[in-house]
Amino acid sequence: MAQTEQNLLLDIDRMSVALGPPGKRVRIVRDVSLEIAPGRITCVVGESGSGKSVFAMSLMRLMSDDISEMTAEKALFEGQDLKALTERDMLKLRGSRMAMIFQEPMTSLNPVFTIGDQIAEAVQLHQKVSAAEARKKALAALQSVHIPAAERRLDAYPHELSGGMRQRVMIAMALACEPSLLIADEPTTALDVTIQAQILALLMELRERSGMGILFITHNLGVVSEIADDVAVMYAGRIVERAPAASLFTDAQHPYTLALLAAMPHLGATVERLEPILGRMPPPWEEELGCRFAPRCPFAAPECAKLPPLREIGVDHHVACWRAPVEDLA
Amino acid sequence: MTPLLAAENLVKSFSVSTGWGKPKRFYAVDTVSISVERGRTLAVVGESGCGKSTVGSLLLRLQDPDSGSIRLDGEDAMALDSNGLRRFRRRVQVVFQDPFASLDPRERIREVLVRPMLLHRLCDRPEALKRAAALMEAVGLSAEQLDRFPHQFSGGQRQRIAIARALSVQPDLIICDEPVSALDVSVQAQVVNLLQDLQRDTGVAFIFISHDLAVVRHLAHDVAVMYSGRIVEQAPTRELFDNPRHPYTRALLAAAPRVEIQRKSHVLLTGEPPDPTNRIAGCRFAARCPYVQDRCTQEEPPLVPVNAAHLSACFFATTLPQVETLPDTLPGTSASARMAAYRRARDRQTQQAEDI
Repeated sequence: MAQTEQNLLLDIDRMSVALGPPGKRVRIVRDVSLEIAPGRITCVVGESGSGKSVFAMSLMRLMSDDISEMTAEKALFEGQDLKALTERDMLKLRGSRMAMIFQEPMTSLNPVFTIGDQIAEAVQLHQKVSAAEARKKALAALQSVHIPAAERRLDAYPHELSGGMRQRVMIAMALACEPSLLIADEPTTALDVTIQAQILALLMELRERSGMGILFITHNLGVVSEIADDVAVMYAGRIVERAPAASLFTDAQHPYTLALLAAMPHLGATVERLEPILGRMPPPWEEELGCRFAPRCPFAAPECAKLPPLREIGVDHHVACWRAPVEDLA
Repeated sequence: MTPLLAAENLVKSFSVSTGWGKPKRFYAVDTVSISVERGRTLAVVGESGCGKSTVGSLLLRLQDPDSGSIRLDGEDAMALDSNGLRRFRRRVQVVFQDPFASLDPRERIREVLVRPMLLHRLCDRPEALKRAAALMEAVGLSAEQLDRFPHQFSGGQRQRIAIARALSVQPDLIICDEPVSALDVSVQAQVVNLLQDLQRDTGVAFIFISHDLAVVRHLAHDVAVMYSGRIVEQAPTRELFDNPRHPYTRALLAAAPRVEIQRKSHVLLTGEPPDPTNRIAGCRFAARCPYVQDRCTQEEPPLVPVNAAHLSACFFATTLPQVETLPDTLPGTSASARMAAYRRARDRQTQQAEDI
């Protein structure tokens, strides 16, 4: 994370996103700060409703200005100000410099075109190349994601491929123009574990080879520990803990992170009982009075009525909790 | 002792249209035998398309198998008339994966819970209403919520309603088809705990169909691993996870993402399961198996005991190399100290809540 600003691929400072019709907007993402350096995989982890997908979509400016409003102290991608870019500029960036893959590959692929055509279309949108050249690039993209018999698969329709193969096609399409940033929103959630492991390995390999940065959105802490260099834990629209992956799992600080770890069953260690997190995540329209995890937190104290800032508690390790470290509190 | 539910040699195939050619047979379940004892949980694990949900629907008698037998308490469940089938259905209930789809959006929860009791003539309506209230409490909801509609509940609450509905007829066995897969971890923990509590209190047995190995390890007494329509390994849970004796089980365990300190080097399973419309000779896992030998592609390995309660369908079950089992979170880290503190604080909080 110790990178100079010029080197950063993505440099976001206190970004907020509000959704809804003008005048009735609710803030889904609150003051999120995140940096991604080239060649790094940053995971944003959170439960449903934490705002992680809205955050990812707004980075790509995929939500129209009629229904959403993005504000930020700083929102730089490769040094360009994302806030100042027009839709025309964004069209040039999307798919070429920054690309995105989604959870459900079947809904992201057009069922009536061959996958070769779909990848070539993406290439021709951004590069002045002939159709034959684009097809060649599509083939290379399919080969780079290890699709067997890629030449034959160019002329296959999405329904002829399995879920894992479709996700590979999506990745190939995203990477055809060699973007510097890949945003992956739960790309393996719909896949079986053995296929998931293949896709994770593929993403790590591609990162190694091309040096792109990856923003990986997931709800699965197991997946995080497999793939992440850096992790941000989101709760109710805010990042509550941010750390290098290695220190997050050995040195988790925020009570919510601890709660997640205690709620999930582990393959290696058996416990008598899982610890569910009582209560529910506050809805985004509820007024924010202090720490939003406090009502569910066993360590909550009077000071938690004030919003805790994200403070550095270890090397590159940030936590938004007044009470951390908590080991001596109970 | 007779097992509560015992199925033997179940086969279920479907016809698959291939366009112009002759339709093919797709063997979703191919000679599967399983049984579950009273008060126990048997997990059926495998990846999508392995046939685990079809096994569930056969055991529920929602579909008829091509061949094979199902016995409930030793009594043949295949040759039931409609009355017999109704009695069978009272004793064998189901909870599905998606609680949004398995509850009628226009029906109040009261009716959801009362109707099964009346249908099975367990009691009259006033009594059923009383029981419905008790069921809501039993699954951690309140009787005041009986007037609500399904959309007024969250996913986890809806899944608890589906469990309450299954419990309403006092079944001996509930077949749970991926009941926690659609839930967030915090909610998943509530439902998993609920299932465990119910089993302790009522002695109900579960067949737990899942692809999530961590949940299965936590919840099940015995595990059957399915691959391409067949059971490839079956053992008591601990034995299966500590000493897997089928290469596919090992691959599944290796691929399952886990929270751990050292990132392991994956032995990745290449390829995908075979096309189930071709019943190939030999082991179905052979094409992806790292330990494959000539014999594996020629004859099909039978599911045979490795030791007393441990079955494996691999010729080389006893000679597979030892697996090293990695602990998930290393003890002694500050994270584990804080998790312990979190548990203590939670316990104290619950204690205080109970005192008031």
